[in-house]
Amino acid sequence: MGKRVGMEVSIAAAEAVKQANVDVISAYPITPQTHIVEHLSELVANGELDGEFFCVESEHSALSVCVGSEAVGARSFTCTSAQGLALLSEITFIASGLRLPILMILANRTLSAPLSIWNDHSDAMMIRDCGWIQFFLENGQEVYDHVFIGYRVGEDRDVLFPVIINMDGFILSHVIEPIELIEQEKVDQFLPPYQPLYRLHPDRPVTMGAFALPSIFAETKKAQEVAIRSSMSKILEVWKEFGDLTGRYYHPIETYKAEDADTLLVTMGSFGETASVAVDMMREQGRSVGLVKIRLWRPFPFEDFKKATLNAKQLVVIDRAVSVGGPGGPVASEVKSALYGVEGHPVVYDFVAGISGRDVAPSDFIKMVDKAEIEIEEGSKEGYEIYGVRE
Amino acid sequence: MTKPESEWTWKELPVGNVILEPGNASQYRTGDWKTHKPVLNKELCVHCGLCYIFCPDMTYNLDAEGYFIADLYYCKGCGICAKECPTGAISMEEEEK
Repeated sequence: MGKRVGMEVSIAAAEAVKQANVDVISAYPITPQTHIVEHLSELVANGELDGEFFCVESEHSALSVCVGSEAVGARSFTCTSAQGLALLSEITFIASGLRLPILMILANRTLSAPLSIWNDHSDAMMIRDCGWIQFFLENGQEVYDHVFIGYRVGEDRDVLFPVIINMDGFILSHVIEPIELIEQEKVDQFLPPYQPLYRLHPDRPVTMGAFALPSIFAETKKAQEVAIRSSMSKILEVWKEFGDLTGRYYHPIETYKAEDADTLLVTMGSFGETASVAVDMMREQGRSVGLVKIRLWRPFPFEDFKKATLNAKQLVVIDRAVSVGGPGGPVASEVKSALYGVEGHPVVYDFVAGISGRDVAPSDFIKMVDKAEIEIEEGSKEGYEIYGVRE
Repeated sequence: MTKPESEWTWKELPVGNVILEPGNASQYRTGDWKTHKPVLNKELCVHCGLCYIFCPDMTYNLDAEGYFIADLYYCKGCGICAKECPTGAISMEEEEK
């Protein structure tokens, strides 16, 4: 078993990047991602991490550098938040179209306006369809572990996709948590050096990033779509292997006291831990409530989600972003798609909560469950509201 | 590419749509963009090669008789050759009337 230490989650993430033997780090500082980049900069400057640190002038350049370095076969890393993500978003689609397994940590933060540095998922939802494998993680240990898992999955010859690790800004990034560090030998055993399928090399010239005429573009997108869906089996395989190595097993959908529950809370990211406390409190009162947590956002685990929720009467989905003018929160929208056409599926009640870092306590989860249960009891077939707004 | 891209299926595409065969841009037919094509009057041609030099798409090639002839597979019909020809030997004519 590895050493268990108290560590800020951002520092743990940076330490994982070091242990993953990353060759190239290119990032531009932005709150709340800053500590990750600062620590990596120190590690490179002190010679503890044998890699190149590129100080770039913007996030757009940060990811562009990673595209170039990954294309020559260098394991590359970047991280950002909110406005920085917006600026580099153009390149996210390019990295996935070129199938370059870059790893990016998003310390999730609210997109302006109004200007806000605090946490929600509006940044991640902006690039929902950019073609990266996307994890939403609940605590520091999961973030640390998924740096290795992310590279291992992304670089697999059967996968070759860039990977996003979403961790809630401040709520995770700036909090000191107990982290069980993995011994370097184990990391090396789990994560061998990157062996690219194609790379830019003068001995064997190839062209990456060529244009495609309408006569072939649809074929390229179908290939990408089929490939990311088929990456699911590899993700499961890698999680299993990681579990055997460390004792920490991960799944696309996690459940907590959910098997017999009439009402299920559905959360993504750090909400999961608080919601599980709320579930315990409601169980103590004899209420039939459980929790379903979505860890894998892309490719979306439709079958696992259905299996986890179909016996429930109602789902109380807690979103952390608003789809302005859309069907409600983005997670609830996905949940409804997953259940569409399924006979007798649970009623979906959607709350947007905790946007721009507003605290969501266990008592808030209980209030949301109360409200949804009452309204559904009174005949509501669905519901949507931004929770806790002063009228 | 070994065959026109309109015949490729999605399963045949290399991962990331990497192009493995160098120089295949020469198969890209830009000649179907044009509405006007250059026509050479050999009686006026002085073999100076200015059309060859100015052509932005390198469509002109020297033939066995010493004339520079536009390859209509690539010629986009821009008319620069006709404009630059010092003897007026090249005229632009509608490709389809």
